[in-house]
Amino acid sequence: MSTPYAKLPGWVEYGLVPLVNLAVAFIVAGLVVLLVGENPFEAAYHLINGAFGRGEYIGFTLYYATTFIFTGLAVAVAFHCGLFNIGGEGQAYVGGIGVALACLWLDQTMPWYVVFPIAIIGSAFFGALWAFLPGWLQAKRGSHIVITTIMFNFIASSLMVYLLTRVLKPLGSMAPQTRTFAEGGQLPKLDWLLSIFGLNIGTAPFNISFLLALAAAFAVWVLIWRTKLGYEMRTMGHSPSAARYAGIRESRITVIAMMISGGLAGMMALNPIMGEQFRMQLDFVQGAGFVGIAVALMGRSHPGGIIPAAILFGVLYQGGAEIAFEMPSISRDMIVIIQGLVILFAGALENMFRPAITRAFATRGQRAAAVVQTKGA
Amino acid sequence: MDFFHVLVVLLESTIRVSVPLVFAALAGLFTERAGVFDIGLEGKMLGAAFAAGAAAAVTQSVWVGLIAAILISVLLSLVHGYASITQRGNQIVSGVAINFIVAGSTVILGEAWFRQGGRTPALAEGARFQIVNFPGADAIREVPILGPIYADLLSGHFLLTYLAFAMVPISWWILYRTRFGLRLRAVGENPGAVDTAGISVIWLRYRAVICCGILCGFAGAYLSLAMTAGFVKGMTAGKGYIALAALIFAKWRPKNVMFACLLFGFLDALAIRLQGTPLPLVGQVPVQLMQALPYILTVILLAGFIGKAIPPKAGGVPYVKER
Repeated sequence: MSTPYAKLPGWVEYGLVPLVNLAVAFIVAGLVVLLVGENPFEAAYHLINGAFGRGEYIGFTLYYATTFIFTGLAVAVAFHCGLFNIGGEGQAYVGGIGVALACLWLDQTMPWYVVFPIAIIGSAFFGALWAFLPGWLQAKRGSHIVITTIMFNFIASSLMVYLLTRVLKPLGSMAPQTRTFAEGGQLPKLDWLLSIFGLNIGTAPFNISFLLALAAAFAVWVLIWRTKLGYEMRTMGHSPSAARYAGIRESRITVIAMMISGGLAGMMALNPIMGEQFRMQLDFVQGAGFVGIAVALMGRSHPGGIIPAAILFGVLYQGGAEIAFEMPSISRDMIVIIQGLVILFAGALENMFRPAITRAFATRGQRAAAVVQTKGA
Repeated sequence: MDFFHVLVVLLESTIRVSVPLVFAALAGLFTERAGVFDIGLEGKMLGAAFAAGAAAAVTQSVWVGLIAAILISVLLSLVHGYASITQRGNQIVSGVAINFIVAGSTVILGEAWFRQGGRTPALAEGARFQIVNFPGADAIREVPILGPIYADLLSGHFLLTYLAFAMVPISWWILYRTRFGLRLRAVGENPGAVDTAGISVIWLRYRAVICCGILCGFAGAYLSLAMTAGFVKGMTAGKGYIALAALIFAKWRPKNVMFACLLFGFLDALAIRLQGTPLPLVGQVPVQLMQALPYILTVILLAGFIGKAIPPKAGGVPYVKER
């Protein structure tokens, strides 16, 4: 099949098209705000102010962004391999086990810089484990990855309820959560980073896992575009038959890609568990795994796009809380709508405006060519 | 309580919880057989439940509620159809998007319109479906064995319950005994062949998607107009995904769909029933294991350990006409 759309200049392809899609998503969200009887511009003001108005707000925005960088990268890695990992939610949830075990084991005897690396390995291990089975089933038994990962989200949720109510809960406690970690299980805040800019983060839980997220983004870039494994993954994503013809072992790549994806999703658990609550609670993921889908789609599965997309969703989460405070009829569920609209317009309908944009550029190109010709004559 | 009585109660609640699953899984059957994957069943059901609850609360009419449910659900289906058929977008992505949009907007609109924490007002008698009692049900109840079966299992359900189970043979008839059904199945297996025969692939798939919308509308209306008196936020609680699992478990066949839904409904009813009571031989089964069982069973089935589930061949692939 021929490519249905003409090639566009890079800045249009990676800049203008996503921005147009995003703008449409926000216009529709604005219509919902109107429908509720509020002023969309006022909502936008509260959103921006709530996300950037104070050092503390910026700290919260970046705290949420950290989470979304991890889950966005997770979805993106699988995308490059032609796999849709919809199970980031479950993988992050199960990844929490690795963090909690490391902290419960060492938090009273070791400082955070010893516990943190172990927790990273633990979270990535458990996340990868939860992605391994769907990956293996897809590779060896041909079951559809989307369906298995959805099922694994539900299984993870049941498993975690079981573990938190029966196994990991301290004796005599009623709440379904682990005990609060001692000093060793608490990550240091990045207040010094923002104080360079003269900002005070106050109570915001912006912590060192943000730097880990940036490192992970760089590592994903290296993996996908600078290694043999990444090349093989991209080949499989573009054309499974070409990959097979080139002698790439499909099942091996599928399983590895899913495990990397799951590991990244699992590492997301570090941020809320060791960075904010200092214990593992029920539902600590709070939909971040699904936000990862929107982030990866918006960021075009490139780390350079995922980081700004994650910050945008950080803005929505933090600013959304402010909107909910100032305008009670717009609760935080507004974010869920925006998230859905972004997924719809940047994902499923990504080509809706492309013909118009392509046409605009084609006519401009022709006109420019005509000008050159008349000058030449 | 004797064993028989427990069984009747258990089966009765099985039927009650299976109804939305049957509607939604049949809805999925229509689109997926036409080659359009739909993981937005959950969202459509939720949207329909909200529309039904809201419209019935405002107009005090159950039928207006039902129509509103179907309209909203069909509308959402058309969005999915537009994205995945006309725009040739990723069908999974589109389904995910619809689930989120609906999950958010039902709460926001519900709160804005009714101010009851995302609920719609509780519905009065006339604004919701009533239980249908078969003639002589009360008189015959005391008859051993047959009495409870007639009075509690067959009689005493909502109109939509009977419709759900009637839809199973009707769907079978539409899909396997009509020209439309033959073409619909063909378009999910080999759209190129259908196109060569001069039949519009696009229009056929749109019709399949509309069928899906109608059935999801019934599922949603059942939730907020029959099972409970009004809409509660997030009331589908993953039923759309269970229905999807049931559809795969049933290997995309109408009769199997009904049995898969009844099985998953039975597990649900059993999980509630067994809460805290130890079983002989195995001891106490964690409720969470029972809740996860439908998903675990589907994973095992998908892996090909209980027969093989082969999806429609052209499923998930947008149709591009060669030029």
